[in-house]
Amino acid sequence: MGSLKEFHLKYRLYLKAYRWRRIDPVPWAPLDKPLKGCRLALVSSAGMVTADQDPFDNFTRADDPDIREISSDVDVETLRETHRSDAFDHTGIRQDPNLAFPVDRLRELAEAGIIGSLNHRYFSLMGSVTAPAKLIKNSIPQVVPKLVRDQVDVALLIPV
Amino acid sequence: MCNQTVSLVAAALEQQGISTVVVQLLRMVTERVRPPRALFVPFRHGYPLDSPNNPEKQRAVITAALNLLTDRSLKPPAIVDF
Repeated sequence: MGSLKEFHLKYRLYLKAYRWRRIDPVPWAPLDKPLKGCRLALVSSAGMVTADQDPFDNFTRADDPDIREISSDVDVETLRETHRSDAFDHTGIRQDPNLAFPVDRLRELAEAGIIGSLNHRYFSLMGSVTAPAKLIKNSIPQVVPKLVRDQVDVALLIPV
Repeated sequence: MCNQTVSLVAAALEQQGISTVVVQLLRMVTERVRPPRALFVPFRHGYPLDSPNNPEKQRAVITAALNLLTDRSLKPPAIVDF
């Protein structure tokens, strides 16, 4: 686990040769208050969509860097997983979307007073973006100003 | 790729003053991409919060990730093992 060994050979070779995007300098926003006073947003790259949203593009584009906005009071049972990668086992997240889009778990933590409040919207991406330029130029600028405007203090980000 | 994607979003949020924590599944990628705060979990891809239909295990991973946000001993880039 946590190594390239879990992948099929074709993915291992690809991931070894891939030029990863290095974040430099690394930005740092220290938290100046306890979690119980914070508003939290979730960002997940598991390709989840709601019943009335289009699936992430499985066929016509190599990468689909689009973003879906999902209400934090969504019923987890209505989420559909539309991640296009065949590099990983989808069984778990199809059985239980909370495994990568943990709306129920975050609700429980907020109800328990561990997190102050949940932002009214979360964001969903499909993480298998091999050419992140579009993600950086088009998609990320759609998300960040919204979460700033929402006065979110902390964000939890989950890959798949 | 998923690991890099969420890390790039995290960096953009952090630049705007929002504290972030990313869950990460492939250490090699985390070390190269360098998200600000990362919880490295020993699970395979597809299972970032451990197990489906197991709220207790999922909560344990989320809580460990959130605890990094308030850990004042961390310096960027911070990678912590679950």
